[in-house]
Amino acid sequence: MTTTAINSNAITVIVNGERVSRQVPARQHLIDFLRTDLGLMGSHVACEHGVCGACTVRVDGMIVRGCLVLAASLDGSKVETIEGVSDTGEIRDLQDAFIARNAAQCGYCTPAMLLTAADLLAHNPNPSREEIREHLSGNYCRCTGYQAIVDAVETTAKARK
Amino acid sequence: MKAPDFVYERASTLEDAFRLKAKHGDLARWLAGGQSLLAALAFRLSEPTALIDISRIDSLKGITRSDAMVRIGAGTTQARIGASALICQHVPLLAEAIPLIAHTAIRNRGTIGGSLAFADPAAELPACCVALEATLIAQGPKGERKIAARDFFEGVYATALADDELLTAIDIPIVQSGERQVLVELTRRSGDYAMAGIAAVVRREAGKISHARLTYFALGDRPVAASAAEKSLLGRTLDGDAIDAAVRAALGDIDPSGDLNGGPATKRHLAQVVLERALKRIMTDAAQTAA
Repeated sequence: MTTTAINSNAITVIVNGERVSRQVPARQHLIDFLRTDLGLMGSHVACEHGVCGACTVRVDGMIVRGCLVLAASLDGSKVETIEGVSDTGEIRDLQDAFIARNAAQCGYCTPAMLLTAADLLAHNPNPSREEIREHLSGNYCRCTGYQAIVDAVETTAKARK
Repeated sequence: MKAPDFVYERASTLEDAFRLKAKHGDLARWLAGGQSLLAALAFRLSEPTALIDISRIDSLKGITRSDAMVRIGAGTTQARIGASALICQHVPLLAEAIPLIAHTAIRNRGTIGGSLAFADPAAELPACCVALEATLIAQGPKGERKIAARDFFEGVYATALADDELLTAIDIPIVQSGERQVLVELTRRSGDYAMAGIAAVVRREAGKISHARLTYFALGDRPVAASAAEKSLLGRTLDGDAIDAAVRAALGDIDPSGDLNGGPATKRHLAQVVLERALKRIMTDAAQTAA
């Protein structure tokens, strides 16, 4: 960034199981902290005002918009990104279903779609297509590949039974 | 776009919050869940010098019941309210409203106090609090005061809160027997702000309507009470004629300006649609209960 004095705060967070301590600009969003400071480019950033859902990550186990959370506010929190949940294998079946159904077209919305779908399946193991659509409605796919995405989530839910 | 530079401070207690507010002055703002404020900062619609984070003040969180009232801490997230058995049982209007607010990832951070203090005229929770005759509890360095929800909203993003006050809790009367609470809204996409909506609380005793609170949202610069429609219902049986009369009367209750969703004529039409749907649902629910 710049060399002029900007306001900053010290934080320590657990990111994908690893303890990280950094000095972050007060105004920096979580998503920019993850991408630019930690190099975790799997979470994407698009609209930067909470509408598109591409920056969805987990904070303390709950999905959030990475562009609507200040990194400075997260001292002591646990953050999980697509890199972390891919490594643990937690959503391997969901990822496989996305691949099998070609539910990732350009791929830009995919990491956030996966985390949002995983959140749905964690709370509702047997969702209807309508419920899947509703839960994913805050995540935009600009390829408009929703049909395949809903199919992949539905397939995963059925396979998990 | 990126937010302008500001100082970030985190308060761990209310005293701490007021001390930090005094330190940073008029251009400091409270940061609760940040789901509206941080988006507004990204657009640079607001350029505060400091954000004072009140999201970790434990005394602002939680849902409790005492006698005829449910108290919701202002810092309670929308997700927590939506998942609360107390709310589901005693304030069904809120249980119905919460899933309509944005999306899960936003409700996990957004708070009821933040939504009320932000006072977006198209938001669900302000209208719900007016229809429920909730009492908002505000605290500032000089102490606490209670504000009736109907007196709290003063315009677009404008409330009765003083600059150094914040909301600490919301007191809501629990649902009574013979009462139905319904929320109906029209949106283009799931999770969007409403084009028009209504929070309706209707109570009947011995088959006659004894209490009606019909509060519109997205149809004025603040939640709008459909007072003439409410009056038209009192003492009547809730049937098709009563609904028609209320829907006609409601046109005198609103004076919407146009917005991105349509001109005033469209908004007036939508206002009639949501009121009619809400009252018909109440009528049908009651018939099912009686059967």
